[in-house]
Amino acid sequence: MAIHIIDRRLNPGGKSLENRQRFLRRAKSLVQGAVKKTSQDRDIKDVLEGGEVTIPLDGMHEPRFRREGGTRDMVLPGNKKFIEGDYLQRSGQGSAKNSGPGEGDSEDAFRFVLSRDEFVDLFLDDLELPDLAKRKIAQTESEGIQRAGYTTSGSPANISVSRTVQLALARRIALRRPRKSEIEELEAEIAACTDEDVRAELVEKLEMLKAKSKRIPFIDPLDIRYRRFETVPRPVAQAVMFCLMDVSGSMSEHMKDLAKRFYMLLYVFLKRRYKHVEIVFIRHTDRAEEVDEQTFFYGPASGGTLVSSALQAMYEIVRERFNPTDWNIYAAQASDGDNSYSDGELTGMLLTDKILPVCQFFAYLEVGESGGSAFDLSDSSLWTLYERMRNSGAPLSMRKVSERSEIFPVFHDLFQRRETAQEKVAP
Amino acid sequence: MTERLFEGADWDFHTLQRITDACEELAKNDLGLDVYPNQIEVITAEQMLDAYSSVGMPLFYKHWSFGKHFAFHEASYRKGLMGLAYEIVINSSPCISYLMEENTATMQTLVIAHAAFGHNHFFKNNYLFKQWTDADGILDYLDFAKNYVATCEERYGRVEVERTLDAAHALMSHGIYRYPGKKKLDLRAEEKRAGRRRQHEEEVFNDLWRTVPKGAAKSRSALSIERRRKLLGLPQENLLYFLEKSAPRLAPWQRELLRIVRHIAQYFYPQSQTKVMNEGTATYVHYRILSKLHEQGRITDGNFLEFLQSHTNVVFQPEFDDPRFSGFNPYALGFAMMQDIERIVTRPEDEDREWFPDIAGKNDVMGVLRDVWANYRDESFIGQFLSPKLMRHFRMFHLHDDPEERAGIRVDAIHDERGFRRVRRELARQHDVGFIDANIEVVDVDLSGDRRLILHHHVIKGSQLNETDAKRVLQHLADLWTYDVSLIEVDANDKVLREYVVSPRPIPAAA
Repeated sequence: MAIHIIDRRLNPGGKSLENRQRFLRRAKSLVQGAVKKTSQDRDIKDVLEGGEVTIPLDGMHEPRFRREGGTRDMVLPGNKKFIEGDYLQRSGQGSAKNSGPGEGDSEDAFRFVLSRDEFVDLFLDDLELPDLAKRKIAQTESEGIQRAGYTTSGSPANISVSRTVQLALARRIALRRPRKSEIEELEAEIAACTDEDVRAELVEKLEMLKAKSKRIPFIDPLDIRYRRFETVPRPVAQAVMFCLMDVSGSMSEHMKDLAKRFYMLLYVFLKRRYKHVEIVFIRHTDRAEEVDEQTFFYGPASGGTLVSSALQAMYEIVRERFNPTDWNIYAAQASDGDNSYSDGELTGMLLTDKILPVCQFFAYLEVGESGGSAFDLSDSSLWTLYERMRNSGAPLSMRKVSERSEIFPVFHDLFQRRETAQEKVAP
Repeated sequence: MTERLFEGADWDFHTLQRITDACEELAKNDLGLDVYPNQIEVITAEQMLDAYSSVGMPLFYKHWSFGKHFAFHEASYRKGLMGLAYEIVINSSPCISYLMEENTATMQTLVIAHAAFGHNHFFKNNYLFKQWTDADGILDYLDFAKNYVATCEERYGRVEVERTLDAAHALMSHGIYRYPGKKKLDLRAEEKRAGRRRQHEEEVFNDLWRTVPKGAAKSRSALSIERRRKLLGLPQENLLYFLEKSAPRLAPWQRELLRIVRHIAQYFYPQSQTKVMNEGTATYVHYRILSKLHEQGRITDGNFLEFLQSHTNVVFQPEFDDPRFSGFNPYALGFAMMQDIERIVTRPEDEDREWFPDIAGKNDVMGVLRDVWANYRDESFIGQFLSPKLMRHFRMFHLHDDPEERAGIRVDAIHDERGFRRVRRELARQHDVGFIDANIEVVDVDLSGDRRLILHHHVIKGSQLNETDAKRVLQHLADLWTYDVSLIEVDANDKVLREYVVSPRPIPAAA
């Protein structure tokens, strides 16, 4: 009898991946809650590593008809001292074990490990860029058409005559198809010829040439080439997010940490969710500079504070690179709220006149010292300024944060999917 | 001296081949086993977890609950709470055994002897498996089931399919025939049947029928209760079967899904009834084969000691007051009983001659055992062959726990002359699925009225259904039946203890 021994180790893994996805989809709301809870007390980098979450088993219960209670009989091993007719106390040792077989009601929570992608996906699931009209356009892509060489099949309208003729010519030369002039020359020679023998020879040659030119067509189906087109996706509208961060001397380490956490989240969120989002990092002290993400998150800097410098820089970048008619523009600003007194007016003017009109959304995050509550501090100069503008109808969102644990809720709050009728677009 | 099968702990595929050949020779010649052709597959830990989540089958349809089990197993495995099984064996022909790659050569030998010959023989010869399972067809059937479920999902939407499967899974334990039916299951024919039915539907489909006016409904009140019940095949304990055949508003594909779940439940039905015997057989076989290999000098003393260590771990039976205790270990009980039968057959004592006149001193160990393996299930096996000596060995005692009894739990019988038979009867009962599963059957349908489905739960010894679970399961049942469902719990004297009534949930508009 033949015995088959098969090595299955190299089979592709992840056979149960689909089941897992189904499970996660089903448990989505539960897992989501758990994910948010877990992420509050973790470092952002850790958050993005995924990890273990615990969800209540309740929603995922698979019910069966189970019996319980009633009189029970059981046979157990290991009798040491009992004799027939003895009674065992219920609360005592004997009965404690007798929870009955197969009635697993014990587990009220269910722990398992989420991968990085699963974790971040669930974490960011109900967020989106709050947007007005242009969002829908930003997500749809139009297909553009682009020439892409030649093909041997296609519609007659697309025949490329020049390429076809070129190929036909090459083929005719390669196969030595007799030219028209050659035949005419020969015919003239025959007409002029008097010697019968030579003439017969020439006629035979002419026949051969004619037959050959018949065999080798002037244009063969093989030669035909069509112009080929490819569709390329072309985003109609795009979005850009400006991250403006105050890195001046007045920002303590703690505040910078808060601001960076916020931007880190924003960064991850945008990178994962939107294909066509550009991110511009601007940091400022008393002057502003556009930096790359590495510098933005990790580079040290210090100095005075002029908020208007950042706004000015943003305005210039917008004018140079992001035409507001084509781009959805977002900005998120983080600062401790300090600004030099003389700068207030300029800042306000820049915002109202230049920035806000082109922005879909402008979020301002004020970071505070740990432990400082909103009550015992008078509002900062920037906060007062912005609040005044908001009250006069400017589209500003403002939040204050002073603890790490507040970052996630505030972030969610700012980018929560808004339930408006017109926003009901399938993801 | 004969050549060693392997040295040390390492193995390669040639070693596996040599081991299998050696085991096969002993299994056939020494033990006289009769097995399906073997297929041995080496897998990784992750693949083992995969297999766990789909009840050990190599392929299965997709469902979220398997994902849940996988996540659960994976989490506890990663934390080191749970070790993985050394093998999984599938009752199919060829009989597939999965071996973990981490096993040492000794362990592979144990596992091959255990699964590829022990379990395999049991699958092929035990009457329950012969009656209820179709080893040749199961893999094809699972393949069909998987594709069918996938096709349904494509056609009717994942949510709809999931709803049906959830409901079917909840009723799975009540989707089996407990008594042999008219014909043996042929799973290959099942697959063809489903295909033919679909084809027939497509062929005879004519949209005109829809437009034909319906005549006045026939009066059903004329049907007597007796006749009605007979037409519906009532009483019916196979709830899934009943729904598949009689639920008024299920689509054909939903019926087919119920059928699939039902067939799979039926396939596993013998396994739940023969845990002790099945493991006992396999453990006895591996013990015999490994001992013989050692005797022949084909495995070293060191390897044999390694084997003995794992073997004793497997057949360890903690006592009732041990924190590790969780009921009888089927490996321990099964193995002990097989060895005990061997003892009775070869070296009987007077007591054994009195208790087991048929087999005591018969001397043909394998003949007796093969007969036992073929013709018993756990309940009858224990009821017949548990010897007083073994009861004394395990120090078994019988507890009777009556909640009404103030004094506590009574020790009803112990391992003494007066108690042997009672202890044995009770232990046999503990292994009788008839007592373990709730006895629920469909008794009537109010066809002329509101089409309410009426079920009875025959309560044994006052043990009623867990309320939350019962309501949930009934909800699933009502969703399939699409009218009200009531479950009445009655005791032996037909006294009604409790009544559940559940209405179906409205189907979401998505359908």
